[in-house]
Amino acid sequence: MRNAQAIPIRSIPLLPAEEFCVEVLEAVLHEARLSALFCAPVDGELRLFAILAEDRLGVLHALSAPAGQAYPSLTPDCPQAHLFEREIWETWGVTPLGHPWLKPVRFPARDPLGREVLGPEIGQARFMEALGEGGHEVAVGPVHAGIIEPGHFRFLCHGEDVLHLEISLGYQHRGIERALTGGPDPRFLQYMQTLAGDTTIGHATAACQNLEALSGCDVPAGALVFRAIALELERLANHAGDLGALAMDVGFLPTSSFLGRIRGDFLNMTAKLCGSRFGRGLVKPGGTGFDLGQPRAEAVRAHLAQVFPQCMEAVELLWSTPSVVSRFERTGSVSRVDALALGLVGVAARACDVEIDVRQDFPVGAFAFSHIPVAVSQTGDVAARAFVRHMELLHSEKFLTEHLTHLPACANTCGFQAGVGNLAPNSLAVSLVEGWRGEICHVALTDATGRFAAYKVVDPSFHNWAGLAMALRNQQISDFPICNKSFSLSYCGHDL
Amino acid sequence: MIQHIIARLRQGHRTLAFPQRQPELPDRYPGRPEINPALCADCETRGACVAACPVGAITLADPQSGGLSLDLGRCLFCTQCAAACPRGAIRFTGDYRLAASRREALVLRGQPLELARPLPPERLALFRNSLKLRQVSAGGCNACELDTNVLGTLVFDLGRFGIQFVASPRHADGVLVTGPVSQNMRLGLEKTWAAAPSPRVAIAVGACAISGGPYAGHSEASDGCAGLVPVDLFVPGCAPHPWTILDGLLRLLGRGETG
Repeated sequence: MRNAQAIPIRSIPLLPAEEFCVEVLEAVLHEARLSALFCAPVDGELRLFAILAEDRLGVLHALSAPAGQAYPSLTPDCPQAHLFEREIWETWGVTPLGHPWLKPVRFPARDPLGREVLGPEIGQARFMEALGEGGHEVAVGPVHAGIIEPGHFRFLCHGEDVLHLEISLGYQHRGIERALTGGPDPRFLQYMQTLAGDTTIGHATAACQNLEALSGCDVPAGALVFRAIALELERLANHAGDLGALAMDVGFLPTSSFLGRIRGDFLNMTAKLCGSRFGRGLVKPGGTGFDLGQPRAEAVRAHLAQVFPQCMEAVELLWSTPSVVSRFERTGSVSRVDALALGLVGVAARACDVEIDVRQDFPVGAFAFSHIPVAVSQTGDVAARAFVRHMELLHSEKFLTEHLTHLPACANTCGFQAGVGNLAPNSLAVSLVEGWRGEICHVALTDATGRFAAYKVVDPSFHNWAGLAMALRNQQISDFPICNKSFSLSYCGHDL
Repeated sequence: MIQHIIARLRQGHRTLAFPQRQPELPDRYPGRPEINPALCADCETRGACVAACPVGAITLADPQSGGLSLDLGRCLFCTQCAAACPRGAIRFTGDYRLAASRREALVLRGQPLELARPLPPERLALFRNSLKLRQVSAGGCNACELDTNVLGTLVFDLGRFGIQFVASPRHADGVLVTGPVSQNMRLGLEKTWAAAPSPRVAIAVGACAISGGPYAGHSEASDGCAGLVPVDLFVPGCAPHPWTILDGLLRLLGRGETG
């Protein structure tokens, strides 16, 4: 199947669990990635689903198996399954046999059916320990020392060196996937826009693509371009903000303060388009909530033309300041092999020379007609993650200038909104979007009445938190802030 | 070094002389809604506004007035109610000033919005010129957090008002909460609040922190922080504009007009 396409559930191979595991492992060996692995009820029976992405071919595969009580864990041979399998175990009580670190993910108080569960309290788990002479642990959070979401981090150290960072989240869990079951209800779009509020456009687009695929709705060209413009503006704002935050964390205040302001300018461009700095209400099922005429596009283009050179000037200061570069280089390195094994996505993957980008590999909407080059770097360190952001700023600006100048000619006649009808029953749709952090994957399954039997959200952070843990190995605790900023992951997108 | 100086000169001065100079907000920014219940009589699509609201912020049978009311504390500013109303009884005015001192003041029944009042005298005397806040994100989606954090950038330059976000609740004069208070963050918020010395202030930023926002009614969350801390300032929005938050903070300190 292709991105943003619906297929009948009965067309998905239903294999015995052992065979399912072999198939998934085979596929991953042959360069497929695990975009999602989850449990969902189908006809009163719990099933395992795997969504495999073949980036080179632009093809997605869905596989399923009866979940039963237990199945052989994929994680020992396929580390990128580790968090998915923990989630399956925590949510549904299905045990992946042989999983090396079966621990809670979100510490939910309810199961998917809304029944209270008696799991461990938040923050209570069998954490890894640093034993022996010189071994010690440093625990920080959930409440951190800035304006930032909550999470618990445990540094396992030997002397000054960090052996491993254990990350335990779940503090932001607010039960979104449970609430989505049986929908879409009137709050659907609000949930999608606040899965990760800094990725409102990315997640809302992924969600709407699913509804459109399931209802066979054709979105007008003007709306597709409008969505892509908003997505790239979201990328500009967040990449600029992250580069500014990196500058702050190495004590380089000029770039930090310039980019702090410039990030706001990018957000204000989104607000010019839809009234909200985060793009609330811009993406709607069937199209966009607003129109985009040439005068408005021109105003945003002119603002961009004014701000972008200032943005580049501030970013280039980073690279021309030796003390910044020496702090970025060789800090928080992740190898290409580890990046592939962990299934990293987005900026974090591309900084390790893994050339994946949904906009190139699974293009839909405006990206099917307008190619954005993929920015990669080789060193896998903080410098590489900063450099990839720098390149992506350049690419996004070019895309924006082009599309704000040449809006689709038909926009005036075919409008920005098409009707979304009933969803196809007994179907599955997968929607991928390259958000500014990386691949956003939404999977919708409908029941016999066309309501959601399950709705699975995979924020790029879900893949990438393990990358941060790897990056901290053999570093010092003082390297954590810039490593953390260079990944810039979402807590609420992970916790749902 | 010379590059840094040239860049500094080119980047220019960016801080707005708020509140003497007022910010210009984009034309599509919805801002404060205004309602006129008198226009609802014999409405041909009665109930359309209620049905259009994803979070139940609108009622046509308000317990006090018996007519139309809109709860700003729940409102996500999606403007679907205004689009559904054939009479123009609900319209969004573009006014960014939204913060209130009382939860009840946020329920609009046709009266003008009663904006936030200064703190009571004993706390005002302490905090008027210096307010240190500890921020707690408790299930927030990172939008309110970002638009609070942005107050530290040079456009807003929060520090010039003597307001600052600090790392420890021990150093804080109050706590600013975002998010619906997930069950998993209840204890975190309670402990942070307990660690802030009295007298102190509590501020709820965003629809989630005031009412639960889109997560109202979820058993995984707490419908906001009002049940856990005594809130002195409610800043509505999803997410509130940074100017809305700043305006609220200054009003709380009795400096809404003067800065």
